[in-house]
Amino acid sequence: MADIAQLEDMVTQVRRDIIRQVHKVNSGHPGGSLGCAEFFVALYQEVMDRKEGFDMNGEGEDLFFLSNGHISPVFYSVLARSGYFPVDELNTFRLLDSRLQGHPTTHEGLPGIRMASGSLGQGISVSLGAAAAKKLNGDKHLVYTLCGDGELQEGQNWEAIMYAAANKVDNLIVSIDLNGQQIDGSTDAVLGMGSVRAKFEAFGWDVVDVEKGNDMSAVIDGLNTAKAKTGNGKPICVLLHTIMGNGIDFMMHTHAWHGKAPNDEQLAEGLSQNPETLGDY
Amino acid sequence: MKTYTNTGNKDTRSGFGAGLEELGKKNEQVVALCADLTGSLKMDAFKANHPERFFQVGIAEANMIGMAAGMTIGGKIPFTGTFANFSTGRVYDQIRQSVAYSGKNVKICASHAGITLGEDGATHQILEDIGLMKMLPGMTVINTCDYNQTKAATLAIAEYDGPVYLRFGRPKVANFTPENGEFKIGEAVELTQGNDVTIIATGHLVWEALEAAKTLNESGISAEVINIHTIKPLDANAIIASAKKTGCVVTAEEHNYMGGLGESVARVLSENTPTPIEMVATQDTFGESGTPAQLMEKYGLNAEAIVKAATKVIARK
Repeated sequence: MADIAQLEDMVTQVRRDIIRQVHKVNSGHPGGSLGCAEFFVALYQEVMDRKEGFDMNGEGEDLFFLSNGHISPVFYSVLARSGYFPVDELNTFRLLDSRLQGHPTTHEGLPGIRMASGSLGQGISVSLGAAAAKKLNGDKHLVYTLCGDGELQEGQNWEAIMYAAANKVDNLIVSIDLNGQQIDGSTDAVLGMGSVRAKFEAFGWDVVDVEKGNDMSAVIDGLNTAKAKTGNGKPICVLLHTIMGNGIDFMMHTHAWHGKAPNDEQLAEGLSQNPETLGDY
Repeated sequence: MKTYTNTGNKDTRSGFGAGLEELGKKNEQVVALCADLTGSLKMDAFKANHPERFFQVGIAEANMIGMAAGMTIGGKIPFTGTFANFSTGRVYDQIRQSVAYSGKNVKICASHAGITLGEDGATHQILEDIGLMKMLPGMTVINTCDYNQTKAATLAIAEYDGPVYLRFGRPKVANFTPENGEFKIGEAVELTQGNDVTIIATGHLVWEALEAAKTLNESGISAEVINIHTIKPLDANAIIASAKKTGCVVTAEEHNYMGGLGESVARVLSENTPTPIEMVATQDTFGESGTPAQLMEKYGLNAEAIVKAATKVIARK
């Protein structure tokens, strides 16, 4: 049974890591990162079956692919705090010669990253490939993916979504960060998507809603529910209803902080709302 | 002059199909993906004999490339198959991010390249794909000349760890390279020795270059024909050595002169040993419907065009 308080402490620390990374280089994407902090901590600390260390093929363990690579600050923070690389390395985010590129990449050999992402819409396809390789290898472990909701506007997703159901890819759990925001405004204003649930269901997926996508217990329950549905001939979609900018009041419920760094005062305010728990890097 | 015998016209795509089927038997890690062109790509035998390792993705090339990239995680060696047009331009960003930048061991195998696709016309004839692929850091680019060489290349790229673009075609053309010959990625093949002009050709134009060399020989001109099957990495040493010997170069390819083999050769020569060069290639144009032979003639991609270019470049020495 998960120690929820302990996981929530990590989320608070991850929020600090996110805004400190972005503030230092005055660039990066804090809004979506903050909204997915609970998901990442739940996935890496509680839900996924992971081996010690890192190897590219990841045989004998669950795999995770981040499709919306711009939320790299939360990915890097949780990878570091899960032991993939030294937490101090978060200091190098977006700097010259860093392994922590603006968007995640395998190119600099950062442990924990198996695929470059940033150009949107490619993560589900990659995950389908990795899931197929697992089946060929007789590896019963699962493949997890996270996509943004605005990202679903990319057509490649729907090629992959159609393939997954037609081919009964049932060792795959795709989570959608349903925060309703994208760069130019709300997803409804930019390109209304209607019901994401209805779309996935129409394509033949099993859908799990997590109404409280920023509640640790709810996220863990949702992911465990999804996990229990695997192996039954259908791909699984988890709809995470999150709040962009969650945990820092002036960043919440707006697309304004999609790709904008806080200034010194805003950083101080954000940090004061999230006291240090595991220790800053 | 060394001469070559056509052992019977065959399509290069069938060489790919034969190579893939052989790989299926000898390498359990090889998997194949196809976007609704299994027959055209000659992947039927692999599909029939290794159904668990064959992935029909439907008309969804972007998803195919992404899936192939993902399959490498778990140790698979994926071969994707569709037309050259849909293997490159349509999925450039997927190849760039998920394959090339991510350094994945994916083999992008492309049939119906160039103008000899024929009657389907310009929507399906790509003359830009070599340029697109050679621009990607880390991508190996191969354009084979006949059935035997295409089969050998298919076998060879499975042994190489890294992304590869393998380009071949639809028409039945002369089959003249050795059966079960060795294919060395990045190594030029000197087909004839000569002193007056170097002809550097790739793909379907290699046989045309040999035909041109025969014609030139009859006029007392000795041509050195080099088969450059690997456009990247380019065998610069072979090109420089031959250019120094003959003093002038003709390149020949079924591709736009912009971004193709000719430009790569010109770069090597201008950096090392500036040499007059003429390029037999399409002149920044789309193709059109017609038979392969009609199109090769209209767009100046045959032995006759190579002879003319050789005569011209010799005069520029």
